Amino acid sequence: MTAPTAPAGGPASNTALGGDLGTDPGSAAPDARCAFRDTHEPILGGVAGGLARHLGVPVLWVRAAFVLLVAFGGFGIAVYAGLWMVLPPDTRVLEEAPGLESASRTGKRPGRGRRLTDVGPAIALGALGFGLVIAVESLLGAGAVFWPLLIGMAGIALLWRQADEAQRERWMDSTGKINPVRVVFGSGGWASYARVGAGVLLIVTALAVFSLSSGSLGNARDVGMAGLLGVAGLAIVVGPWIYRLASDLTAERAERVRTQERADLAAHLHDSVLQTLALIQKNAGDQAMVARLARSQERDLRSWLYAGEAADESTLASALRGVGAAVEDTHGASVDVVTVGDCSFSEVLRPVVSAAREAVTNAAKHAGTGKVDMYAEITVAAVDVFVRDRGEGFDPDTIASDRYGVRNSIIDRMQRHGGTAEIRSALGDGTEVRLHLPRPHRETDERESTR
Amino acid sequence: MSQTSAQEPGPVTVVIVDDHAMFRAGVRGELTSLGQGQVTVLAEAADVDSAVAAIATHRPRVVLLDVHLPGGGGVEVMRRQPSPDTSYLALSVSDAAEDVIGTIRGGARGYVTKTITGPELVSAIGRVAGGDAVFSPRLAGFVLDAFAGSIDVAAVDEDLDRLTEREREVMRLIARGYAYKEVAKELFISIKTVETHMSNVLRKLQLSSRHELTRWANDRRLL
Repeated sequence: MTAPTAPAGGPASNTALGGDLGTDPGSAAPDARCAFRDTHEPILGGVAGGLARHLGVPVLWVRAAFVLLVAFGGFGIAVYAGLWMVLPPDTRVLEEAPGLESASRTGKRPGRGRRLTDVGPAIALGALGFGLVIAVESLLGAGAVFWPLLIGMAGIALLWRQADEAQRERWMDSTGKINPVRVVFGSGGWASYARVGAGVLLIVTALAVFSLSSGSLGNARDVGMAGLLGVAGLAIVVGPWIYRLASDLTAERAERVRTQERADLAAHLHDSVLQTLALIQKNAGDQAMVARLARSQERDLRSWLYAGEAADESTLASALRGVGAAVEDTHGASVDVVTVGDCSFSEVLRPVVSAAREAVTNAAKHAGTGKVDMYAEITVAAVDVFVRDRGEGFDPDTIASDRYGVRNSIIDRMQRHGGTAEIRSALGDGTEVRLHLPRPHRETDERESTR
Repeated sequence: MSQTSAQEPGPVTVVIVDDHAMFRAGVRGELTSLGQGQVTVLAEAADVDSAVAAIATHRPRVVLLDVHLPGGGGVEVMRRQPSPDTSYLALSVSDAAEDVIGTIRGGARGYVTKTITGPELVSAIGRVAGGDAVFSPRLAGFVLDAFAGSIDVAAVDEDLDRLTEREREVMRLIARGYAYKEVAKELFISIKTVETHMSNVLRKLQLSSRHELTRWANDRRLL
């Protein structure tokens, strides 16, 4: 998805809560949104799918709009073709987390199936569009140009589609070589041969039908010969240039990709894994330390390889993950963080993060089990955070006097900022801290990332 | 749901499928020492083809299935259905949403990461063998996330496309780190009922026709 650019920087007007409001950071310029073609699961060229995502409307509407436009002298087809040529293909494949990408490449993960549910309406709309065209045709009687045009267009569409597939495969290709045959056919397979074959056949048929309808058989043959000669001439003249261009690009691209990959990997391994291994060797006698190091390295590698989840303060969920990571590192307990929903992080939300940090730290320090669960549910209306341990527990009534930290930094802090905190604990049954903070109403269209 | 376990007394038979020999050995050792009398390991396999063969030969009650497996991944093993009565418990180092949701929709009855402790693994195997679902807090979080905002599309099958309020509550508690027993106590229901709710959620996750579910998993990491 062309990620609905995170609602431009933080809080809109938030007058509901007093206290630590900074200046309104709404000045951060949002990234320019641009549309892509959906080349992951395209029906034809992925134009309708990509456009639907860009505009945020159901894909069926976009398809219907195209079909409607076709009725205006084939305008819809022109628009579709134009967008197909101009819109960049969706490059999401390059953004997969390294571990997942590698597992996909080596065949350890299943490939994606096609969405049959989506093809149905597309075919129906296609048929409808076809009917519309014929209706217009019969009304206006545009004559002989129509059928060759239609057949030719189908051929071109097939060839373009094949170009898309081949392009995708080039991205997935790790060898970095551009082979002229593979440029056309991708990695082969009957589907790509069939597409190219049928595409060329359709275009030739279109030419033949066109010349047949405008003249005799001999005439058609002449036109065909002239066409073929033209193509051959072009290939001879332009071919070498294209070939050299391709090989230059190949070399440059392969070199760049390889260098970058090697550098990234080396840096990452050195920075994290090697250092951790060194530390583990040094602390081999200290069991708790070794476990802590292993846990922190595991978390780091896992997020790098698979999830690609940040632990910075860009969103509330990642801020909470950061809290969990920090406590793991300082206190050696393992903190499982589960978040549902997300929103951009802002100063208004800081109290809940600070209180959560306090609660997790308490659990890690006092529970004595070395395991803490943090769960956060972020909705449009409110943020709820639950921190739970299975430790010894304590009598909540006594906290007012002897647990100043809990009283002050959790309960009072939450109340000061318009939220609530509740602590449930019983001796021998563990402790759970529940934090609740209503979110200020925002008039801007806040898009929950759970969509 | 759990009549199968009642019919089959004795230890649960298990086949371990994972492409890392060291991990297989570790799990096997753990299961043999900790799960004595509860779990018997019949065989091991390292890729899709050998796994399918081993499962077809041994017909285990439960398969511990690695998600990333040479030959098409763990999902491919389940797709080939080498043995109809076998349940699958997915075990992975990856906890990416796409893998988790994909594997559950592929037919697994549970998903746990490889850092799971030995006793927890033994109890998870017992649960899967009894026909119940095994949800880690993270999986429960994914479920809540995936079924959130399910109001907008008038879906094909309403029943399958949303969670009931009760199921949502159960999922929330699991995500908060509650054990089944604690969930039952908190909601004043029996453990049996909790298990039923979990099985229902699993079924919805597997059968729901919302194509957003898959798309959601694919897109999630980009947000």
